[in-house]
Amino acid sequence: MIFRKIRDIIAERTDIDPANITPDTNMKEDLQADSLDLFQIISDIEDEFGIDIDSPSDIVYVSDAVEMVKRLLEDEA
Amino acid sequence: MGSRIIATGACLPEKAVSNEELGKLINEINGLEGAEGIDDQWVAKRSGIHERRIVTGENTSDLAAGAAQQVLSRSGTAAEDIDLIIVASCTPDYQTPNLGSMVQRQIGADRAVCFGISAACSGFIFALSVADKYVGSGLAKKAIVIGAEVLSKATDWSDKNTCVLFGDGAAAVLIEHSETQAILGEELGSKGSKSHVLTNGYFPAANAFNGVEPMKVEDAYTRMDGLEVFSFAVKKLSSSIMSVLDKEGLSLDDIKYIVPHQANLRIIEAVAKRLGTEQDKFYVNLDRFGNTSSASIPIALNELNEEGRLERGDRIVLAGFGGGLTWGTMLIEW
Repeated sequence: MIFRKIRDIIAERTDIDPANITPDTNMKEDLQADSLDLFQIISDIEDEFGIDIDSPSDIVYVSDAVEMVKRLLEDEA
Repeated sequence: MGSRIIATGACLPEKAVSNEELGKLINEINGLEGAEGIDDQWVAKRSGIHERRIVTGENTSDLAAGAAQQVLSRSGTAAEDIDLIIVASCTPDYQTPNLGSMVQRQIGADRAVCFGISAACSGFIFALSVADKYVGSGLAKKAIVIGAEVLSKATDWSDKNTCVLFGDGAAAVLIEHSETQAILGEELGSKGSKSHVLTNGYFPAANAFNGVEPMKVEDAYTRMDGLEVFSFAVKKLSSSIMSVLDKEGLSLDDIKYIVPHQANLRIIEAVAKRLGTEQDKFYVNLDRFGNTSSASIPIALNELNEEGRLERGDRIVLAGFGGGLTWGTMLIEW
């Protein structure tokens, strides 16, 4: 569920086919995204889940984003 | 009682370096050819910057003194009437003497108390805040506040991701004691937990006894974790502007211009979107000067003033953010 939402956000921001985005996708290298592109993706993720990501540079792979969202949602619960 | 800005001035190096010229240099250094090469479009798309000023030998104190001299002549103020000089910079000539004292020597403001402030791109706001406390309390009657940088000496010219961003320049304001307070509100802050994400001018703790490697040329260079800095900038710029306005019961409609630190057009675009306001409300000149750190806000303020776009009673917001990490947002009635 979380992965699917994150995948859709990335796909919308980067025009990459969602089928090509997996948990192992490297956010910077595979998406060919610069710092502000990544910020915009992470900002969309924050808005989607109503969370605040304080250390965006800890997110290297899509799976890192999924784990971080899970953890932040659990902390809030 | 408070302080009021009575003059602005700037000192910019004459040499303008276009993206094309800079791209050629970067491509040569890195052996980039064809589609891999850096050109105007590559830089402009990522930053909104088209050119920047670069010194041909002047150092930070020279630019700072030039800006100070201009506020003196524009306001008809004698140098000996200045009680306080504060210079914000992250690229001073020396660790000591401080830039304030060097400006004092160049302009002959012999009575002034002089010191420097290091708060990177927020530095001018921090300096103006401190000067306002001196002048507002009556400890000083007239003060010169300067933001001055020669970032080109702290730039890794082989790093295409950072070297395209920075420029050199200085600008100043002269403030004097006033019965009314022109600074209506301010929010200054620091987030030291992220101090490592934006650095320059590292001094290793090398001495004759410990074998630590002495300072190398590259230790001076500006290093940045772009994602962390952009994230901080967009969030903090947005929230601090709204926080300062909320405290005064004002909205963005009450503000004529927001003068942000000129780091990157995409940051300004993202903040405008977050605040739900027109981008036109943000004064932007980074296309011509790049990121001049502590100098960028007073350079922009001076342009607005020179162009006659500020009228008495206008409310404007100055908003800096940068290394430290630090932020400083100030609401001013002109």
